[in-house]
Amino acid sequence: MSERDRAKPALTRRQALQCLASWSGAAVVWTVAGGVPYALGATRGDTSIATPQPGALTFVQISDTHIGFRKEANPDVVGSLRRAIADIHALPDTPAFVVHTGDVSHLSKPEEFGSARELLKEIRVDRVHTVPGEHDTIDDGATGYLKFFDHDGNGKSWYSFDQAGVHFVGLNNVLNFKLGTMASLGDEQLAWLKADLAGVSRSTPIVVLAHIPLWTIWEPWGWGTADSAQAIALLRPFGSVTVLNGHIHQVLQKVEGNVALHTARSLAYPLPTPGQAGIGEPGPVTVSAGELGKLLGTRELRVVRGRTDVALIDTPLGR
Amino acid sequence: MSKSVSAFAAHPLRAVALALLVIVIGYALPAIHAVAASATKVDVDIAKFLFAQKEITVAPGTTVVWTNRDETPHTVAASDKSFSSKGLDTNDTFEHTFTKEGDFDYICTVHPFMTGVVHVHK
Repeated sequence: MSERDRAKPALTRRQALQCLASWSGAAVVWTVAGGVPYALGATRGDTSIATPQPGALTFVQISDTHIGFRKEANPDVVGSLRRAIADIHALPDTPAFVVHTGDVSHLSKPEEFGSARELLKEIRVDRVHTVPGEHDTIDDGATGYLKFFDHDGNGKSWYSFDQAGVHFVGLNNVLNFKLGTMASLGDEQLAWLKADLAGVSRSTPIVVLAHIPLWTIWEPWGWGTADSAQAIALLRPFGSVTVLNGHIHQVLQKVEGNVALHTARSLAYPLPTPGQAGIGEPGPVTVSAGELGKLLGTRELRVVRGRTDVALIDTPLGR
Repeated sequence: MSKSVSAFAAHPLRAVALALLVIVIGYALPAIHAVAASATKVDVDIAKFLFAQKEITVAPGTTVVWTNRDETPHTVAASDKSFSSKGLDTNDTFEHTFTKEGDFDYICTVHPFMTGVVHVHK
């Protein structure tokens, strides 16, 4: 990011969204300053964001690998994940770690979890932090998932850790407590989150990982978290909060005060846009082989200590 | 064969008893068939993230068979936990026989906004 870019006045949300639309299919850099995101317009060829900065933490988000899926919408999800891994290895600035925001597997089968764990080990980073998606908790809640992806080894599917001055929180928001509602975090986890954040200074940047968006995007399709407002209320007092979600297989974002929420592309198959006309349900969308790669992708993030803005680059697999 | 004919000739009551047995079986068979008919399986399709027959009423003893027609996995899970399927992939089925009367709400645990109910009444 150049000084010239930094000096530009922040765009309005509408202008920013227009920018996003005009760069559809290209990598977009988002900078969140003072709660208002503005696009810097870098494409993959623009290395300004990739310039290493002292005190910066770079990591990568991947999501929705759906290992075990082998239908028409993507008969080779393993191949898609391997392409993403190659992209991660080609990054000029080696990421500290990778986060996977859920739906690691397609059907919660042990062999899918096992295969996914081996594939994720191919990524040359210290660690891959995962949170469960609803496809990872089909038969027995998080029990089967935790046999392969127990973050702290304490049998809980939520956790936190600190790295490079940033506080990371992983949540499980695919729990069901009430008939016919969206999935939720639940009282036990909310109490844990409150206690966890109590020990964090307000100036510490916070990054939250959760599979389903922590804001309601489209309730009829379950694209939201029933008790997300309670989680956001706990996060609101902090100066810089970035929420990274998956689940909807497309990039959307929302900013609420100092809390910026971003959904990510999948590495398996596209889904319709929220409530898309003519499509009554959030099922896999089949596109041509050439188009598929443009709708799947990875995200690089950079957090710079002392700054509230987090830079994001969304890069499609197919370019 | 001739031996048994001669046996009936020697014991006419046996012939009557056999005839009665045939008559009883003759009546009983359709009755057995009718029981089987009342225990018919009722199909519920899971398609486009909906239980296609969202609300059904069946007699006690009925077996309900759910079939997932989506490319996305679904489950069938009663809110009172009286029945619960594993994750159903495309074209997988799950069946449950309802022996007691009552109203049984269920959801897909993967997509809890998907709801259905089975009313079981005589």
